[in-house]
Amino acid sequence: MHQFSSFLFLGGFLFFLSVLTGILPLGDPPMIIGQAIQNHGVSETGAANLVTAVVLGYRGIDTLGELSILFAAATAGGLVLATGKKKTQASADEDAGFIVKTAAELLFPLLVVAGLYIVIHGHLTPGGGFQGGVILAAAFFLPLLAKPSTTMNHNTMSLVEGFSGAAFIGIGLIGLFNHGAFLQPLLSKGVVGELFSAGTLPLLYLAVGLKVGAELAGLLANLNEEDDENV
Amino acid sequence: MFDIASILFAGATGLLVIGIGGMVLSEHLYRMLLALAIAEAGANLMLVLAGFKWSASAPIITVSVESIPAMVDPVPQAMVLTAIVIGVGVQALALTMIIRIRNAYGTLNMREVKLKMEQEFADMADLPIETRSVPARNDQS
Repeated sequence: MHQFSSFLFLGGFLFFLSVLTGILPLGDPPMIIGQAIQNHGVSETGAANLVTAVVLGYRGIDTLGELSILFAAATAGGLVLATGKKKTQASADEDAGFIVKTAAELLFPLLVVAGLYIVIHGHLTPGGGFQGGVILAAAFFLPLLAKPSTTMNHNTMSLVEGFSGAAFIGIGLIGLFNHGAFLQPLLSKGVVGELFSAGTLPLLYLAVGLKVGAELAGLLANLNEEDDENV
Repeated sequence: MFDIASILFAGATGLLVIGIGGMVLSEHLYRMLLALAIAEAGANLMLVLAGFKWSASAPIITVSVESIPAMVDPVPQAMVLTAIVIGVGVQALALTMIIRIRNAYGTLNMREVKLKMEQEFADMADLPIETRSVPARNDQS
């Protein structure tokens, strides 16, 4: 009975989605807001990447909310997993093989450079703080995969996370006090397409990238350090 | 006729339906989480496709500010960027809870976890456990 009603629901849902996509103008969306952003986005924010202009320029406070949700998830994950007892040396998994260990050492600097590049060029090329932050987190998690007995320094991670979050809010507050609106664009917009352009957007994305990287790396390390003797 | 956009839309719809079907039909908590990830991918693909435009480029100025070519809608892309990040957070939190459940009850089957929880509550309250007939099902999960 349960399965029958589930399949009935799925069939109805499929029909609903098909009708919904059937009446959508495929490949020719109306683009009312999108057109306005394309016309004015570059001159108003100075960012060549219009997605960055939307994420940080037009809805920067939503991005702050997004960061707080990610922070809440990472903190809650750490709280749920915290048992008080640390994983002992004996219960840890054995080190990975020669290939994984060498590859982790080799890839670490490359991943850090690639992550920082993607973060810093977020207003010019595809990418940005979230995407680059994930690569940074992967870079700092790789050594843990190669040697599960080592632990990550959670205090440093919390410091980076806290300072970058505070930097984001601080830039917003400077805008509030000097220009009367939270996250008001500061600094000159510069020449579109250059590295030092788009005012404070690169700084904001740098803060986002460091925060996301530190949060995800800490979360992965928490999952890795989970005492798994019962499993 | 089938053009590329309708094929992609069919794929997005299919992913969404497969994901939600997995969540509704599965009894294993980890499989439900994987189904949620699939459904999320479908929803994100559908949102990006809603801003798709024929013969348009990515919304990034590459040549000059004066002559902006036709571009796809940047707003759905920014929304999907947000959705992916939130999805990662939700999945990570769900995974930590799944680990806790596995450690506490030794199983991830929803039905068994529910039975064990009811037993636990009844023990704590010193009540006799309700004997409800649980329909037996021959699932592998």
